[in-house]
Amino acid sequence: MIREKVRVKSFKINGIDVTGASNQTILEVAQDNNIEIPTLCYLKGLSCVGSCRMCIVEIKGSNQLIPACTAKIKEGMEVTTDSPRIKTNREMILSMLFSERTHTCSVCVSNGNCELQNKAHELHLDHIQVPYHNARFEIDASHKNFVNDPNRCILCTRCIRVCDEIEGAHALDIMDRGIDTRIIHDMDEPWAQSLSCTSCGKCVYVCPTGALYEKDISDEEADKKRSIIMELLERKAQQ
Amino acid sequence: MKKIRLATIWLDGCSGCHMSILDMDAKLIEIAQFVDVVYSPYVDTKEFPKDVDLTIIEGALSTDHDLEMIRKIRANSKYIIGLGDCAITGNISAMKNLFGSEAVLERSYGELSDINTSGGYPCKIVPKLLDKVLPLHEVIKVDYFLPGCPTPSEAIYEMLKALIEGREIDMSAYTRFGK
Amino acid sequence: MINSLEELEALANTKRCNEQNCQEELRVCIGSSCASLGSELLKAALDEAIKTSNMSAQCRVKAVGCNGLCAKAPLISHCNRATKQSTLYEEVQNADIPDLVQSLLNPTSVSHKHCDTKQDFFAAQTKIVLQNAGIIDPDDIEDYIAHEGYKTLFETLESKLPNEVIEEIKKSGLRGRGGGGFYTGLKWESVAKVQSEEKYIICNGDEGDPGAFMDRALMEADPHRILEGMALAGYACGASMGYIYVRAEYPVAVAKLSHAIKQAKKLGVLGANIAHSGFSFDIEIRLGAGAFVCGEATALITSIEGNRGNPRQKPPHLSDYGLFGKPTVLNNVETLANIVPILTNGAAWFKSIGTENSSGTKVFALTGHIQNSGLVEVAMGTTLRTLIYKIGGGIPDGKKFKAVQTGGPSGGCIPESLLDLEVDYESLKKAGSIMGSGGMIIIDEEANMVELARFFMDFCRSESCGKCTPCRVGTVQLTELLDKFIDKKATRNDLELLQNLSYVVKDTSLCGLGQSAPNPVLSTLKYFEHEYLEGISDD
Repeated sequence: MIREKVRVKSFKINGIDVTGASNQTILEVAQDNNIEIPTLCYLKGLSCVGSCRMCIVEIKGSNQLIPACTAKIKEGMEVTTDSPRIKTNREMILSMLFSERTHTCSVCVSNGNCELQNKAHELHLDHIQVPYHNARFEIDASHKNFVNDPNRCILCTRCIRVCDEIEGAHALDIMDRGIDTRIIHDMDEPWAQSLSCTSCGKCVYVCPTGALYEKDISDEEADKKRSIIMELLERKAQQ
Repeated sequence: MKKIRLATIWLDGCSGCHMSILDMDAKLIEIAQFVDVVYSPYVDTKEFPKDVDLTIIEGALSTDHDLEMIRKIRANSKYIIGLGDCAITGNISAMKNLFGSEAVLERSYGELSDINTSGGYPCKIVPKLLDKVLPLHEVIKVDYFLPGCPTPSEAIYEMLKALIEGREIDMSAYTRFGK
Repeated sequence: MINSLEELEALANTKRCNEQNCQEELRVCIGSSCASLGSELLKAALDEAIKTSNMSAQCRVKAVGCNGLCAKAPLISHCNRATKQSTLYEEVQNADIPDLVQSLLNPTSVSHKHCDTKQDFFAAQTKIVLQNAGIIDPDDIEDYIAHEGYKTLFETLESKLPNEVIEEIKKSGLRGRGGGGFYTGLKWESVAKVQSEEKYIICNGDEGDPGAFMDRALMEADPHRILEGMALAGYACGASMGYIYVRAEYPVAVAKLSHAIKQAKKLGVLGANIAHSGFSFDIEIRLGAGAFVCGEATALITSIEGNRGNPRQKPPHLSDYGLFGKPTVLNNVETLANIVPILTNGAAWFKSIGTENSSGTKVFALTGHIQNSGLVEVAMGTTLRTLIYKIGGGIPDGKKFKAVQTGGPSGGCIPESLLDLEVDYESLKKAGSIMGSGGMIIIDEEANMVELARFFMDFCRSESCGKCTPCRVGTVQLTELLDKFIDKKATRNDLELLQNLSYVVKDTSLCGLGQSAPNPVLSTLKYFEHEYLEGISDD
């Protein structure tokens, strides 16, 4: 691919005139302009996978909904981030996320510090629109400091990406497919026996829910440090 | 002014949300001017009455009796509030869904029992467990949702006041799942 | 090594002359349908019988690819060179072999196994991509060359510029046969105009739809045509490397293709500096491990790269950022099989076949409740009625037609009222289905459409990669909802949820698998709503 020169592009988000660099995504420009687009799998500093589908937006002239986190901006495009169609879809997608695993907020160490929970609050979702799936996954509490509870996982893959892209260990990946998909260590080893895990804890810090958490702390003490990625990247750049 | 005929019930829940209702403290007196409590754990009515204006339901649906009750309530209530996470998500009550009712019975009446020599489960008088604990809205239409574990008393107060005054209210400022 | 067009033609002529000496030819189909009924053993037995009858000089036994009429497998055709007469024998068994050998002397002796090639099944077809299927030996590159094979490639390299090739393909109106229906010429052009040291041509042979076997038959019957099509695509787009992604469940196709590539490289029709033109093109095979989603362009590419075959969000499109981040053309097997005939006969010829917006032919795999299940090729615009009744021979056991599912799990059901629909990309889409890769499952009156929708939804559920939320969770929710209708325990709300959820999954899924997964539900709801209403119990 030919490397294009970065240029300034002007376009509209929700009727507001905005400008951004041509290598920016709709989400980045929206955030720069304080326009709220809900996200879950996205985390600043990590690569974008566009998998949770929370940040879907409409672009005038196209019938498709596209995730704002992966879509590069274009000159003159008209983006809508909050139409009735988007709202209906987002509510259903969030409902699906709540339905597939067991998100019992009241007993979760991330209660009050959970992005999934917050999303329901932000979108005013006071009950979910599909039946609960009630699948049970084994908890991996083998590691001396951390626990992996797939029952609270939303498969955003932030942990996989942070381990691969920032820590450089790639100790985590996914196994199985569809509704049975799980985050695993190495070749589905217990966490404690993972040879590639450096026990750095970044995966725990970036986890949006209580799927990865520190042992022996209460929800009052739990600190997610999700901004750590940008801090690390900035420090690296200074070196 | 005609008083609102109010019912409250707790199904498979811990009664914490009913405690929250009581936690309104002095505000209960204010609410009491507008409502007539016709059925509730707080009053001694045996049968669920007809023509109830508003029923507040705490707890999830766990037994055949809960199902029977919820249908009776729906048929006799103009509006229904689902109170607390158990009523809305299944919450703690539904955590046994991951193992199934059979496993739960086996554990409590078999593995952990000291005096149950027969090894059987109680099957008379007590209601039969459903295969799955369900939130209310999977079985009946629920008009208002008040999440929380337990729902903060302030949220209950604000919702009741809004209903009494006949205005719309956005509850997200007062409560959320797990609060 | 063949160094020029002249040498290629010389080889073709030598091969043709050699064959002239042998009057009779027995062509045994060794495509998967026939092979599964033991046709390879039949061929060996025939070989032996010919040898013991001392007829080896005048009769040759040849293994060929799919003849089409899989319902009557195993098929053997007898061809006489002098009279140009060919006779087809159906459901041939070992016991028929002596008779078959006798028939070489007296054509009436195995008449009870005689299959009428003038019947509508054969007569109503238009064969372009399947032209060589059932005629040439897929394992013999010389046989392909004797049937004008690689001539188009050599002529093109000698006398046409890459952009002229693209123009020709654009003018032909050829559209992607894998289901999307994107114009092939435009796809090639977008890759050709990108400046890049490396570009790739990929052939998608990861045919995964239940009931589809068009590409399998093509790869098994005429592998060199696909290789030649890829080389031409490479020349047009400026790529020198190609990959064929075939599912591992197609061992025969894999064997035929591997053998074909080996032969082509040995003869120099593939490899470095083909016919001293300066153009080099190499092809390698990559095997899919059975995931349906790997037929999706981005997932397929990720799989070739050696990663888990998950799709990724487009854009960037493959023409900018494809395999290993390089500009890439991804074409379906059948699309690539159309390249040689278009460049041989010209765009105008191709455009004259089919409908205005869908030129050429389409291969369909007829399966389900149909008399003549098998592989057929018809001009675009042929009606469903012709396909099902004339070619397919109608519904067996005197039962009534109910619906036809086109496009596999991504497609939809078309009811009886639309039987006169002229099949092309637009008409099928309008009817709520898609062309898809060409699977046609015919359904008789006894089938329950909700169960059919559930079958396809369950397929998508088990094949969902799990990357995006709507597909991962939505397909499970939809399957469970459909169960409620089948168990007659659904409510009015369930019907509403079924519809809403279908639209959300369609609207918001990341790749084609999820985006099209609700199609069978939506189309059966559209045409057979009463069957859903029967599943509602109001207690």
